[in-house]
Amino acid sequence: MSNNRVSRRQFLGYTLTGVGGFMAAGMLMPMVRFAVDPILQQHEGGDFVLTDQAVADITEEPVRVDFSFEQTDAWYVSEVTNSAWVYKEGDKLIALSPVCKHLGCTVNWAGDPEQPTQFFCPCHAGRYEKNGQNIPGTPPLGPLDEYEVQEQDGFVAIGAVRDNTLV
Amino acid sequence: MLNKLYDWVDERLDITPIWRDIADHEVPEHVNPAHHFSAFVYCFGGLTFFITVIQILSGMFLTMYYVPDIENAWQSVYYLQNEVAFGEIVRGMHHWGASLVVVMIFLHTLRVFFTGSYKKPRELNWVVGVLLFGVILGLSFTGYLLPWDMKALFATKVGIEIAASVPVIGETIKILLAGDSTILGAQTLTRFFAIHVFFLPAALLGLLAAHFIMIRRQGISGPL
Repeated sequence: MSNNRVSRRQFLGYTLTGVGGFMAAGMLMPMVRFAVDPILQQHEGGDFVLTDQAVADITEEPVRVDFSFEQTDAWYVSEVTNSAWVYKEGDKLIALSPVCKHLGCTVNWAGDPEQPTQFFCPCHAGRYEKNGQNIPGTPPLGPLDEYEVQEQDGFVAIGAVRDNTLV
Repeated sequence: MLNKLYDWVDERLDITPIWRDIADHEVPEHVNPAHHFSAFVYCFGGLTFFITVIQILSGMFLTMYYVPDIENAWQSVYYLQNEVAFGEIVRGMHHWGASLVVVMIFLHTLRVFFTGSYKKPRELNWVVGVLLFGVILGLSFTGYLLPWDMKALFATKVGIEIAASVPVIGETIKILLAGDSTILGAQTLTRFFAIHVFFLPAALLGLLAAHFIMIRRQGISGPL
């Protein structure tokens, strides 16, 4: 026998703690995994959604383009309409998300009459350049997100949202 | 009749010491508004608790009609307020009480701060009090979404973005609250309902018990 004999009392203490811990874990583990499920769920990228905005009508001035798609929110499936600010840079189509990077309000092109060449958020006066770059000194901490965008049969089609690649 | 009933129970269970221990204690002169009117500032803690009790009761009754479902939540609130007898009163109690409890807890915090009652040996009770303040703000935030009107929706969008601005774990907190990385919808409402009605009240009651037990063990702080 070694010098560190385990007394009956210690043995019982270890055993009961172990069993109790196992039982507590068995009870808590399913509930915790249940609660954090949304964090671990995989999201597949969205398909392109065709809009009724003709590409030929797009200029270098951003215009608001609405697009509708079927959104699955867990058990609730619904038709949702989002919008994007679309413009041309040379021949390239660009679509920016209107969601302000400050607190999620909706930005407007030239929403502030004094800044006719910027995006403006009415909530806290956040401003962005045309390419989505946030203006230093205004509340947003990053540039506007960008949509994947392509031309389909002469019309604008909007895809998944991603980080801004223009700035 | 009531006396006999009390005696019958007391004879068997010896309950007198229990309620004496809870209810029968002296209120020091310096915290009694009957002696010094300015002592009313010592009432804010009790008022906070009183309104909290009203919130718990009116909230329990509101759930008799309310459903946490995006199709029906707003309708159910509209119905319970406008069609149910005294619905306006019961919802009004919960609505106005929610603001009032924040006001009262704030005044209570100010009183504790300016009388220096947070100092040794009451530091732990201050810590529990700050946690209680957080729980109450959490209840306010989660309860705000439940009527599922435009104001609730957009206030929660902004609130969740504020939570998401926490460094490193912000995005995780956001998804944990909203139930989805982009949508604020069906799962957000059920989650907020669960947090508002079960999780936070459980935390609230536990912390309140700790708050009161510590008060009874340490007594009210002395006069200035």
